[in-house]
Amino acid sequence: MNEHIVKSYEDELNALTADCARMGGLTEAQVGDAIDAVVKRDQSLAEAVVGRDERLDLLEADIERKAIRLIALRQPMANDLRKTVAAMKIASNLERCGDLAKNIAKRTLVLNEAEPITPLTRSIERMGRLVLGRLKDVLDAYTGSDLDRALAVWSRDDEVDEHYNSLFRELLTYMMGDPRTITACAHLLFVAKNLERIGDHATNIAEIIHYEITGEEMISADRPKTDALRA
Amino acid sequence: MPSQRDDAMAHDTASAPVHIAVDRAHASQPAGAIKIRARDVNVFYGDKQALFDVSLDVPENSVTALIGPSGCGKSTFLRSINRMNDTIAGCKVVGRIELDGEDVNDRSIDPVVLRARVGMVFQKPNPFPKTIFENVAYGPRIHGIATGKAELEAIVESSLKRAGLWAEVADRLHQPGTGLSGGQQQRLVIARAIAVSPEVILMDEPCSALDPIATARIEELIDELRNQYCIVIVTHSMAQAARVSQKTAFFHLGKLVEAGPTGEIFTNPRDSRTQDYITGRFG
Repeated sequence: MNEHIVKSYEDELNALTADCARMGGLTEAQVGDAIDAVVKRDQSLAEAVVGRDERLDLLEADIERKAIRLIALRQPMANDLRKTVAAMKIASNLERCGDLAKNIAKRTLVLNEAEPITPLTRSIERMGRLVLGRLKDVLDAYTGSDLDRALAVWSRDDEVDEHYNSLFRELLTYMMGDPRTITACAHLLFVAKNLERIGDHATNIAEIIHYEITGEEMISADRPKTDALRA
Repeated sequence: MPSQRDDAMAHDTASAPVHIAVDRAHASQPAGAIKIRARDVNVFYGDKQALFDVSLDVPENSVTALIGPSGCGKSTFLRSINRMNDTIAGCKVVGRIELDGEDVNDRSIDPVVLRARVGMVFQKPNPFPKTIFENVAYGPRIHGIATGKAELEAIVESSLKRAGLWAEVADRLHQPGTGLSGGQQQRLVIARAIAVSPEVILMDEPCSALDPIATARIEELIDELRNQYCIVIVTHSMAQAARVSQKTAFFHLGKLVEAGPTGEIFTNPRDSRTQDYITGRFG
């Protein structure tokens, strides 16, 4: 790709992508730490995740401001326009991931007051690793403008759904077996649901990357999907 | 071979990976039948070739924008449509340009009649040094379109109304056209062009000498006029091409690089040269 004739325009566009990549790194850390906090029942780590969330909110607002400014002052066209819009949309998806990570961390604080249910924690950990891996892959695809990698994330969305469905059944079994676990299980169910939604955001980001690179929209209906309610 | 997107569409959809549904069906296609059909047009100024094998379809009742860097041949192409190049010594046009299926370069075509059918508006407003009324009445009178004073007055009024100038000049029709502001003068020459009931209006950078408000008025006018006419506009403003046109054609070094629906050209051009030009990367 040739550089822009106007150097400052080139710099502004690159700064937008760099900000998004930085926000991606921070989001990944937040999600990873939130999962660790649940699994290891780590009170201080959970508190740290909750405290750091504001940074993601500020980063998102900053990226949005920069993108709007760029649209108003530079009138980006074609791939530049797609890059600008993609940065804005990705930032918004990452901000949601951050909120979900914060929510997981907050539930950790409650879960730590109950007795640990080790097999469930292991299931959460497995699902967490999977979701974190997808988030990492899709962010690498973004920074490397790697369409194949983004497509790989996009087409494997059903793995997370399957994990979520089996965890859901597992949780029901525990709650039916011992009503004293209901409080903890209900929180774990939300943790699982949050992880599943972070996975969905990774899929969204893959679609945004596809649009940024190719200019074509993806049709979500074509993605393999497992119906959670009937599973 | 320039990529005519209309033709390429079926192929692109078929070659897309199965798991990604590429939807181009909803993309807005320029509406209407083909008004101007250019095939393998080559234009020479003496020894210098200015256009190379240009083939382009211009749809009826829509605005087609020609974009490209200076010297790319877009104005040359525009001027070939109503044979304005005839007036340039040493200029030779080879190839076929059809207006409603008729070759404009055919011996049987009278260039004067052709230019009444295909009107033109230039970069700088060029009203005749006559009154506002006479500027608009001149064409219908010499072409024998109007018989009698009343009919001529009616044509002048309706043309000025369609050009969005009537309200501003109704009370001073017999003052000189050159006394109007730049934007008003440009609307006056557009009124003059419409007065002879053309089918096509060619515009060569019609807003480059105007301020943003006057430009907006002309753009609004272009948008209204496209319901009745086929409009081809040459512009250096990418934003203007994006705003006013339904189809965009990108010229570079005398060749047509890419043509397609404006929305697609500005969000997802196929050719890297188009992309570099519209995003400001031409080095």
